[in-house]
Amino acid sequence: MANPSSQVLTANRLNDGTVLYRKADGWVLTLAEADVYDDKPAAQAALDAATAGLTRNEYVSPYLFEVRRENGVIHPVKEREIIRAAGPSVRADLGKQAQGV
Amino acid sequence: MAEPNMYRYDEFDAQFVAERTAQFRTQVERRLKGELNEDQFKPLRLMNGLYLQLHAYMLRVAVPYGTLSSAQMRKLAHIARVYDKGYGHFTTRQNIQYNWPALVDVPDILEELASVEMHAIQTSGNCIRNVTADHFAGAALDEIEDPRPLAEVIRQWSSLHPEFVFLPRKFKIAVSGAPNDRAALAYHDMAIEIVKNDQGRVGYKVLVGGGMGRTPYIAQVLGDFVEKEDILAFLEAAMRIYNQQGRRDNMYKARIKILTNALGIEEMRRLTGIEFAEIKKAGTLQLPKEELDRITAYFAAPAFETLEDAMPSGDAAFEAWKKTNVHKHRQPGYAIATISLKPIGGVPGDASADQMDAVAAIMDRYSLGEIRVSHEQNLVLPHVRQKDLPAIHAALAGFDLATPNAGLITDIIACPGLDYCDLANARSIPIAQDIAKTFADLDRQHDIGELKIKISGCINACGHHHAGHIGILGVDKKGVEFYQLLLGGSGAEDASIGQIMGPGFTEHEIAGAVERVVNLYLAKREKGERFLDTYRRMGMEPFKNVAYGEELYAVHQG
Repeated sequence: MANPSSQVLTANRLNDGTVLYRKADGWVLTLAEADVYDDKPAAQAALDAATAGLTRNEYVSPYLFEVRRENGVIHPVKEREIIRAAGPSVRADLGKQAQGV
Repeated sequence: MAEPNMYRYDEFDAQFVAERTAQFRTQVERRLKGELNEDQFKPLRLMNGLYLQLHAYMLRVAVPYGTLSSAQMRKLAHIARVYDKGYGHFTTRQNIQYNWPALVDVPDILEELASVEMHAIQTSGNCIRNVTADHFAGAALDEIEDPRPLAEVIRQWSSLHPEFVFLPRKFKIAVSGAPNDRAALAYHDMAIEIVKNDQGRVGYKVLVGGGMGRTPYIAQVLGDFVEKEDILAFLEAAMRIYNQQGRRDNMYKARIKILTNALGIEEMRRLTGIEFAEIKKAGTLQLPKEELDRITAYFAAPAFETLEDAMPSGDAAFEAWKKTNVHKHRQPGYAIATISLKPIGGVPGDASADQMDAVAAIMDRYSLGEIRVSHEQNLVLPHVRQKDLPAIHAALAGFDLATPNAGLITDIIACPGLDYCDLANARSIPIAQDIAKTFADLDRQHDIGELKIKISGCINACGHHHAGHIGILGVDKKGVEFYQLLLGGSGAEDASIGQIMGPGFTEHEIAGAVERVVNLYLAKREKGERFLDTYRRMGMEPFKNVAYGEELYAVHQG
C-alpha cells in the first residue's frame, strides 16, 4: 500500500545544477537509490539536516516531495517530480533517463 | 565572412561587458568557495541571466532586437556544442536559452559571448529587459523607418540605468516601424510605433500598460506623437511615474499595466506630461540628432544590387515553402525568408548546434551575414535575392529547416513548460507536438490559412496564450496537467485578449478539442475570413459546444 505521506528529499548540486536525492547523510543521483521517509518527523529531520548542511556549499534548494512505492519502486506523485527525475519528456536522449536511470 | 550592417560595440560597450564578465567570474569563485551564500549569490547570477530550472541551470542570452550576425550565430552554436548539450532554445522575447550549462562554466561562456559583442545582462530581474523589435525591420515593404536604431538607443539608455535597476517589476519594451504589427506592441509594458504625422514628419506613438500574465491588458496610448529628440525624456518620465507609484507590496500587482489601469490612462498621461516638462526643462535627456544619426548609420541598408522582381519557381516542396515562408522585400529582386523552427513533431524554437552552423553558412552566402530571431520562435533571413531562394530552400532542407509552415496552424509558439521550467504547472511542448501532428497535412494547413496557436505552461504566459487566435494554458490540478482553451486573442495591430472557453481538457483531449474548433471554423467561415474573423463574428458559444463534444453527442443521439 502506498503511504500518502511518504516523501523524498531533493536538491540541486551547486557547481553544475544536477538534480540530487538524499540518501543517509549524503546525496545520490537517482531517485531509485533515494531514502524514502515514511513519516513526517523523519522527513523533517532530513530536511533540517540538509538545510544545516547548506553552509558546505555543495548543493542548493533542498525540499521534500511526495512519493509512493509500488513493488519497491519509488514513483513521484506529481508530474513535475516525475519529469525532474527522468529528464524532459520530449527528449528521451537527455537527463537522467538518457543515462539509463 | 559577410559583415552585416548592425550596431557594433564602441569602447564603452566593450569595457562595460568585459568588466561585468570579470565581476561574475569572481562572484562564481566566491560562491564556490562559500564566501557568498545562495541568498547573496542568487540576485547576482540572475543579473547575468542565470536561472536554476527543473533539471539544471539555464542561461538566457540577450539577442538585442533579434538581430544576429553569422559570427554570433556560430558562437551560439559553439557554446551549445562545447558547454551545453548540443542545442539552444529561441524564445518569444527574441533571446536564446541554454538548458544545461554548469555554473562553473558560465564565466567562460560569458567571455565567449563578449568576444562577439553579446551578453546575458538584464535578461532577468526587475529591470528593463532586452528590447524587442519587428523581425522584418529594415526589410519590410510596409515600414516607415527601421525601428532598430531607436531600439539601440533605448538599449543604451536603459542598460544599468541607475534609476531603473530596481523597478517594482520587470519591464519589457518593443519597437516597430510599420503599421502591420509583427512585434506584439499592445502586449508590452511600453511600446513605440514609428508613425508619420499629418505634416509628413516621422515621430513616435508611445503605448503603455499592456501585458500578459495573470492579468492581461492591451496597452493604451500614452503619447500620440512624440518628437524624435524627445523620446528618451518621454520614456524616462513614464518610467519615473512607474518607479514612484508602481506597487512594491504585491508582485502580482507590480507591473505598469496595473498602475496604468488603477490611475486611468488620462491620469497616467497627465502625470507623465508634468514629469516630461521637468526633464525637458533640465534639457539633459534631449536626443541629439547627430547621435541618432550616428547610431542609425550602423543599420544602413545594405548595398543592394539593382535587380528586377522575378520570383523563381520550383518543385512542389519549394512552391509550398515560398507560399508561406517568403515575404515581400522593400527592395526589388529581394525577399525575406523565414526559417521555421517548427518541424512537425519537433520542439518549437529549438535549434541544434549543427543547424545553427548551417544557418550561419547560409547567412554568409545568401543574406549578407545577417539573421533575425522572431518572437514567434523562428529565424528570418532579412535580405536574400529572389533568384537565390531555390538554393536557400535546398540548403535549409538538408538540415530539417525548410518546414513550409510560417504563419500556419503548425507554426505554434510554445514556452518550455514543465519539461524544463521551474515555474511551469504543465507541459507545453508535447501539446504543441500533438497539435502539429494532427494538422500535419499541408493541404489542410493551407485550407485553414492563418491561425496562430500559442501555448503557455503556466499563467506567466511566456507562450503568449492570451494573444493566440487559439490559446492554450496549462494548469495543475492536484499534480495532474490540464489545459484551458482560449479563443480570439491577437498580438497584431488588431490586438485582443483571448477568452477562456471553460473547464480544462486533459493532455489527451486538448488536440482533439482544437481540431473540433477548427473544423467548425472551416464549416462556418465566410469568404476571406480567417479563423479569428469567424470567431469574432460568431462568438464563443458555437465553438464551445463543439469543443466539449456536445454537438457530436447530439448527433450520435439522433
